[in-house]
Amino acid sequence: MRRLLKPLLFVLCSMPLAWLLLRAFGVAGASLGANPIDELQDELGAWGLRLLLLTLCVTPLAVTLRKPWLMGVRRMIGLFAFTYVSLHFLNWLVLDQWLDLQSIAADIVKRPYITVGVAGLLMLVPLAVTSTAGWMRRLGRRWHRIHKLVYPAAVLGCVHFWWQVKADWREPLIYAATLALLLGWRAWRARARLQPRVTLARFGA
Amino acid sequence: MHPKSRNDPLPSEITPRDVYLDRRRLMAGFAAGLLGFGALPARSAAPLKATRNPRYSTAEAANSYEDITTYNNFYEFGTSKDDPARLAGKFRPKPWNVTVSGEAEVTGTFTLEDMLKPHPLEERIYRLRCVEAWSMVIPWVGFPLGDLLKRFRPTSRAKFVAFKTVMRPEEMPGQRYPVLDWPYVEGLRIDEAMHPLAILAVGLYGQVLPNQNGAPLRLVVPWKYGFKSIKSIVEIRFTERQPPTSWNISAPQEYGFYANVNPEVDHPRWSQAKERRIGGGVFAPRQPTLMFNGYAEQVAGLYRGLDLAKNF
Repeated sequence: MRRLLKPLLFVLCSMPLAWLLLRAFGVAGASLGANPIDELQDELGAWGLRLLLLTLCVTPLAVTLRKPWLMGVRRMIGLFAFTYVSLHFLNWLVLDQWLDLQSIAADIVKRPYITVGVAGLLMLVPLAVTSTAGWMRRLGRRWHRIHKLVYPAAVLGCVHFWWQVKADWREPLIYAATLALLLGWRAWRARARLQPRVTLARFGA
Repeated sequence: MHPKSRNDPLPSEITPRDVYLDRRRLMAGFAAGLLGFGALPARSAAPLKATRNPRYSTAEAANSYEDITTYNNFYEFGTSKDDPARLAGKFRPKPWNVTVSGEAEVTGTFTLEDMLKPHPLEERIYRLRCVEAWSMVIPWVGFPLGDLLKRFRPTSRAKFVAFKTVMRPEEMPGQRYPVLDWPYVEGLRIDEAMHPLAILAVGLYGQVLPNQNGAPLRLVVPWKYGFKSIKSIVEIRFTERQPPTSWNISAPQEYGFYANVNPEVDHPRWSQAKERRIGGGVFAPRQPTLMFNGYAEQVAGLYRGLDLAKNF
């Protein structure tokens, strides 16, 4: 199971992208529909956000199930999330905007949902760059502090989605609730870790 | 001199491949049905008799029947673009009644057949611009809305016309969740409603309107964003005051009563300067959006002196 998990997750994480490619090239009658650029944009963005939330599920699962080896898949899922988010951004720059830099800059400044989306992506860049073993060693304790950027990035990802919905808030609500739960667990755990010390202090007094 | 001869075929005259294939499939279905070998296809495509109206038709290439009938915003069937085509099969557009009320001399409930009888059908190839910044070209089959409204002899107090979509959550799964305040309502100023470009459509591509496109009777107001063109109409009401409209109720700061296509007035969250023409594939750039969706010459006069940024 332990040895199989990583390759299995690799295949699972690649499947949405593979499916998009099959649809883009019309393999076996599959298609991206009448508006392929928007379909790519929505699907790549949705999978980026889903995988980012999945990355944040790894620690709570490893801790509650007492299976520390689960932590070994976190980096891979995180890098998949970054890949989907980057492709989402590239699709916007190239196919949607045709690299019209003026229009791209105007959108980033004027459209709050794009502003927060780009900000979230920029936060993920240093995490992807410093995800190697070498960088972990070089950065030492600072690595953990830098990688806390994943929390605001995930928040911005949820906001980015929320702010472009027209009327049906069900899907962004599911992501926001999931994120709230994952961040809530961390807050609860941080408090719980402080708790024993307080108790000891009381005993000492 | 107009570059296009009257005898040239209009885009809609050339049968797109998938319509042609569709007809073959339909005929095969009929044959199979007659012989008792199988059921008829779920999507009926009964032909309609209509004369083309070149005066009000664009020469731009029409979108394929496939694109027009599989990429729809019809939240009554679900909020994904493919939901209406997937989920509208259970909807029954027959029999159909429309109730007319309010500031008019003739009011009451009428069968669709009675309503349509005096109106010769026309084909009008219109641009459709969605508020989401995509667009299509659609060969509608219908007749001028004004011609119908005049039959009810609206009084001098009829300043607006309000429309309502049917409420059938058992057939329209999207209505089971309050994404919008169902049933969907829309409205026009009476002079907008009487404008010859405003039509009621009963078909497209020379065939009866598919359920996902607003069967059996829908509005088409080509110079306004698509959401004004209310579908599956069951009520028409003449009013003295401006009627409420669904998207305006849902987000008043984003969707106004007028909703005229205007590249200079952005949606608060996105630009309306450009649009993506559906059917261009992956490598088609956006094209500039035209004032009143390219119908400025005909309709700009309706809004003289009106601040279009305020009355968006």
